[in-house]
Amino acid sequence: MPSHDVLIIGAGLAGQRAALAAAQAGATVAIMSKVHPVRSHSVAAAGGMNAAIAVDDDWTEHAYDTVKGSDFLGDQDAIEIMCSEAPGEVMHLEHIGVTFYRDETGHLDLRAFGGASKKRTAYVADITGQAILHVLYEQLMRHHETVDRYEEWFTTSLILDDEGECTGAVARDIRSGAMQVFNAKSVILASGGAGQCYKPTTNALICTADGIAQAYAIGAPLMDMEMVQYHPTTLAENGFLITEGARGEGAHLLNSEGRRFMEDYAPNKMELASRDVVSRAEQTEINEGRGVGADGQGIYLDITVVPRKRVLEALREIVNIGRDFAGTDITREPIMIRPGQHYIMGGVKTDVDGATPITGLYAAGEVACVSVHGGNRLGANSLLDTLIFGRRSGEHAAARGRDMVMPSAPESRLTQDVEQIDAIIARERGGRRISAIKDELGAMMNDKVAVFRDEQGLQEAHEIIVGLKEEAEVAAIDDRGTVFNQDVLGAIELGYLLDCAETTVVAAIERKESRGAQFRTDYPDRDDEQWLKHIDVQRGDDGRPELSYSPVTITRWQPEVRKY
Amino acid sequence: MAEFTLRLRRYDPESGEAAYWEEHTVELEPHRSVLEGILQARATTDGSIGIRCSCRAAICGSCGVRINGRPGLACHTHLDKAQRGAKDGVIEVEPMGNMPIIKDLIVDMDAVHWKKIQRVTPWLQPKQPVPEREYVVAHESMVDVTQSLACIQCGACVSDCLSMEVDPDFIGPAALAKAYRLVGDPRDAATRARLEDLASDPHGIYDCTHCFKCIDACPKGVAPMSQIMRLRRRAGSDFHIEDPNNGERHERAFVSLVRQYGLLNEAELLPRSYGGDSALAKFKPSAAKELASSLPVIAKALLRRKVTPTTALKPHKLPKQDLDAIERIYDKVEGRDERFELNLYISGRDEDLT
Repeated sequence: MPSHDVLIIGAGLAGQRAALAAAQAGATVAIMSKVHPVRSHSVAAAGGMNAAIAVDDDWTEHAYDTVKGSDFLGDQDAIEIMCSEAPGEVMHLEHIGVTFYRDETGHLDLRAFGGASKKRTAYVADITGQAILHVLYEQLMRHHETVDRYEEWFTTSLILDDEGECTGAVARDIRSGAMQVFNAKSVILASGGAGQCYKPTTNALICTADGIAQAYAIGAPLMDMEMVQYHPTTLAENGFLITEGARGEGAHLLNSEGRRFMEDYAPNKMELASRDVVSRAEQTEINEGRGVGADGQGIYLDITVVPRKRVLEALREIVNIGRDFAGTDITREPIMIRPGQHYIMGGVKTDVDGATPITGLYAAGEVACVSVHGGNRLGANSLLDTLIFGRRSGEHAAARGRDMVMPSAPESRLTQDVEQIDAIIARERGGRRISAIKDELGAMMNDKVAVFRDEQGLQEAHEIIVGLKEEAEVAAIDDRGTVFNQDVLGAIELGYLLDCAETTVVAAIERKESRGAQFRTDYPDRDDEQWLKHIDVQRGDDGRPELSYSPVTITRWQPEVRKY
Repeated sequence: MAEFTLRLRRYDPESGEAAYWEEHTVELEPHRSVLEGILQARATTDGSIGIRCSCRAAICGSCGVRINGRPGLACHTHLDKAQRGAKDGVIEVEPMGNMPIIKDLIVDMDAVHWKKIQRVTPWLQPKQPVPEREYVVAHESMVDVTQSLACIQCGACVSDCLSMEVDPDFIGPAALAKAYRLVGDPRDAATRARLEDLASDPHGIYDCTHCFKCIDACPKGVAPMSQIMRLRRRAGSDFHIEDPNNGERHERAFVSLVRQYGLLNEAELLPRSYGGDSALAKFKPSAAKELASSLPVIAKALLRRKVTPTTALKPHKLPKQDLDAIERIYDKVEGRDERFELNLYISGRDEDLT
């Protein structure tokens, strides 16, 4: 069976960066993903990557903006590491080939982004994630002798040995249906977020909380799960992302009166306040009857104020999205948007090296919670998070493995996963389809666990999830085959989504205050006295989520009133 | 809401049966995508329908298929438009071409597409010394290569590449577009070596026949064929690379013939391609050898009356004013300080665009 010093699950930016860093540190590396690496959802990151590289900028300013953006829930030691290492990381990417846009002197250009006190977002048009992801994959192709790639392999579970250490994973080759045990001295989870808990969402169909649920299943604590980011500009009709870069380039938000309503909510930063603030403002306008569109559920994003040449050069992708998916020429007319689920700040709890409380298990990227984003992530900080903590995890895992013997899980470990899959395939018809259960979950979450929340809605959400879990356990599938049986994987993913959604809801019920992305209409104020702390969720012995708290690390910025 | 019928190409490798067509009727708004149609069929009636998909927004490149015989992304094709393009009102969806089929609409991209990408040394070979901060390069150069970097590796261009159909070893449109991303990158140290490699490979840049299929197929405006032509111009005009495939001389022969006669003179094309521009070109050994080996083709063309001896030997003649006009085009293009290249991301000045 395959054995590596470091096994990385997920091949988006965090995973690929971890793989390259671990290989560079001399480890034997395998990177495994349920899709081909360039299909990973990092590809959709549009606007750019923050780093204090301008001469008049300093990483401490970037760090302060991030702390403030997090509504003071972010851990400041981790934020300091991320922001101070950001310029070096941008330069590294530039050196391996990322085509960051330049200014007229030939140096890196920077664009404005939400919640930032300066222009500090390096970018490639509005396909920054794609550009970085493809360049990292170029490097994986270059280093194919030191990094083994398992593309289109679906991880079914993480392996714990008798001492409770993580020593590998079980996975299924999607193409052949073959199951395999992968031994590893360390496992790095880099399998992304959980957007598919919601419908609509900007997230791809593959964002199904796999890593979060797999880590949760073996007892790893999750943190900040109640913090779910709604992006202010998603296409009203289908939830596709319109990059914050549009507002960074100067676009306006308008209500039904044609007014830039952000002046009522964030008079200084206007459209470039942090995302939770802008999304809440939009939702308030909509709720108070000043939305646009036939159902009044939209807001106008007016990009026509940005010079057309600049739009075509730097916002090309949203020109395409407007044209192809909304029938709108954004260079000539406003486009209708609304807040939509986009990102989860929470995830598997890690330290600043990506290590989780389970020895041998690391996590990096959206699956992880360091926590650098706290209650609300700033735009263009997610690419940074994936790369910095992807690299640190890779380096740390490689170093850890140097003096270890290769673990070896018994082949019998395979049996329970094989049986589980066989059992799903053999389920008898009857009851609702997987897709119906998933649709109900998504719509319900978007209704009750969204921009505004309250006790009653959250309690209802929890009850519904518990019911859906029972249904999902017996829901039958159609595909009985082994080759590319996507149907059976869909059934497993639904289980992941439900586990993850449950942790989000219980944490949201627990946090009886409003902070960052969590706005409780029944507790509308931030309460530092009671709630300046993280909520951790762990799976209890009875399978139910158990809650505990951990402190917020404060190094130099005391909580203050947050205004934009 | 409207009703649409999809005719999906199904193939189950485990059944031992041949591929077959299967119809599904779905109900969606007309501007929704073919992918959403397929996903609705999968969600409501048959979960075993195989298709790769993820982002639904033409960014991840997973759902390359053929719709009504034309390659593209399922998520990027509206149902109403697809229905209008269908021959009997039923939208036909089948797997991409030029790649082996694994199941239903899923093809083996590793066996073809990714192998070819790997062929072009697809990573930056940075100029030394690597600077402490960023390389200082022109903004335009980064914008320029972004058109190639905008490729999402969906394989639509590979699917319908005619040259690859004839020569499966052709490096192909996607990989050559990737090559341009590196050749066009001023930070790369291996520009000449890359171009020499791609020009001298018999399956390289001169293996493309300008059919435009890849430009048509690409959902992201990468225009792979344009990138291939740019590789040729860089190899031929900028680096003066004379390739063993005679590709560069063949192009020069086209240019000189059109300048001289206003139209292509087929009888002269081969001798000039192999022997150079002089009237005595056909007597050069390399040209004579190629002419001799082409005799059967020429004879066949004559027999099938594709050409007559007169049309074959007598050059086309255009009126003098037309020839003058053509000469003026040459003068204008050759008189430019810089070669003018079209690029999706570079769109001229704002006032040109209103």
